[in-house]
Amino acid sequence: MRHMALTAIAAVLAGTAAFAGGADDDTLILNDEIEMVTKTAAPDHLSDAMDEIISGWHFRSDETQQLQTDDFENQGMIFADYGAEAWDTVEGSEDKSCASCHGDAAESMVGVAATYPKWNDGAEEVRTLQMQVNDCRTTRMGAEPWKYDSGDAINMEAFVTSHSRGMPVNVAIDGPAEATWLDGKDIYYTRYGQLELACASCHEQNYGNYIRADHLSQGQINGFPTYRLKNAKLNGVHSRFKGCIRDTRAHTFSPGSPEFVALELYVKSRGNGLSVEGPSVRN
Amino acid sequence: MRLTAITAALSLTAGAALAEGVAPDDVSYSDYGEVTVSLSGQPGDATRGREIFANKSQGNCVSCHAVTELADVPFHGEVGPILDGVGSYRTAEELRGIVANAKMTFEGTVMPAFYKTSGFIRPGDGYTGKAAPDDLAPILSAQEIEDVVAFLMTLQDS
Ligand code: HEC
Ligand code: HEC
Ligand code: HEC
Repeated sequence: MRHMALTAIAAVLAGTAAFAGGADDDTLILNDEIEMVTKTAAPDHLSDAMDEIISGWHFRSDETQQLQTDDFENQGMIFADYGAEAWDTVEGSEDKSCASCHGDAAESMVGVAATYPKWNDGAEEVRTLQMQVNDCRTTRMGAEPWKYDSGDAINMEAFVTSHSRGMPVNVAIDGPAEATWLDGKDIYYTRYGQLELACASCHEQNYGNYIRADHLSQGQINGFPTYRLKNAKLNGVHSRFKGCIRDTRAHTFSPGSPEFVALELYVKSRGNGLSVEGPSVRN
Repeated sequence: MRLTAITAALSLTAGAALAEGVAPDDVSYSDYGEVTVSLSGQPGDATRGREIFANKSQGNCVSCHAVTELADVPFHGEVGPILDGVGSYRTAEELRGIVANAKMTFEGTVMPAFYKTSGFIRPGDGYTGKAAPDDLAPILSAQEIEDVVAFLMTLQDS
């Protein structure tokens, strides 16, 4: 269907329709140094659904792709720099900064984002990176929590995530995290809203196809937070989920809700094996 | 006096029901998903149907379907099949059923049901992200469905 439709449209509508087909074959090399894994074999748990997992980077135009290859062109890195400043800033009743305990993030935070969301034994819950950072702020610094997906929270997420770039996404889905992962999977395949569309309807059944002017990707989150040219700021995973559900004419969930935490774990696990790209650039 | 008022009210309601045609929950589909009677009780207007087909806030059919006849409209989607000539190989009854609720024709299809108001999971209030009101309207009215069907019937093999 995907390829047939494409050729037919190319024949009839040349000039009018936007078309380019599935993922392209470009290679993403960061700062002339790190070669990113942007396509790889699907993890075992997805073997019934697809053979290959593909980063959203491959579905964007050459111009947008280019912006992500160099930290000086990637505007998302400006926000990561704000996160770096916050890392060293003392806040809260305990007179501590993140650096007081974690030292140089370029050492202590390497590989951390690749494993989140992650089960936390003490709290007996699956935590997203933002939840973990807020826990450090409230219980260890005596500072106010950041609002979910707010500018401060996303800047810090981008900064922490940037130290995992090029490392494979590797979230655990078994053991104590399994129940949450299954909740997320349920949500992924539920056809919400008046349009009755599931994440899978667009990102599993139709990736590579155009839906109006949008080139559908697999909806992977290895590139989050994403700097979007459309709104010129960093965007969080939950805000993206919210937008996609809203577009099915549905009553959405809120950023930070248990539903989105579970969905984040599940969607992230669909990208196990892809390189962490965040902060990435998207349109 | 009171009696007259009641009779008047009754005949008004009857009249209104007739003009509204078939309500979404009352549509009867054949085993193959066809709908035989006009949902509005009126014929469709193909020119209006063409607009609804292309309009982002209405049918937005073009977001999933390409149609050569709509070359003036940018960005045709690829999620559904190209609809050129669909009026030649489908009957109006089949098309009415497909547009009203395509799931009756194609089990499990991603194509949304445009004349349906119940049975949704977390329906929203349009594209606001908020919960739907109790009296959720179908995406297209009965007459708009008829208009779209009339437009589809103009898509004949050349
Ligand atoms: C008082 C010391 C302290 C401060 C200050 C602190 N943290 Fe932590 N942080 C910890 C400890 C201890 C853990 C391990 C917690 C656990 O496993 O429950 C941790 C865990 C983390 C983790 C998860 C690491 C992993 O491998 O899973 C991240 C990310 C993190 N902190 C970020 C931050 C950020 C960002 C700040 C500043 C806003 C901060 N922390 C401030 C002590 C601190
Ligand atoms: C009606 C189709 C549709 C549905 C349903 C949908 N999305 Fe999307 N989604 C899109 C479009 C269009 C984009 C922008 C192009 C792209 O990256 O696919 C997008 C983008 C995304 C992205 C950004 C990918 C990147 O590389 O930056 C993520 C993540 C995502 N969607 C997740 C989801 C999840 C999770 C669900 C279910 C809750 C969902 N989407 C439901 C259409 C949809
Ligand atoms: C989210 C994408 C989507 C939207 C929006 C959509 N369709 Fe479809 N449509 C499909 C798909 C996919 C099929 C193929 C049915 C199947 O096998 O699942 C289809 C099938 C059809 C067919 C049957 C073609 C045939 O095989 O004979 C017609 C007619 C049709 N659509 C008309 C419309 C009209 C009219 C609208 C707008 C009111 C519309 N569609 C909106 C996805 C869509």
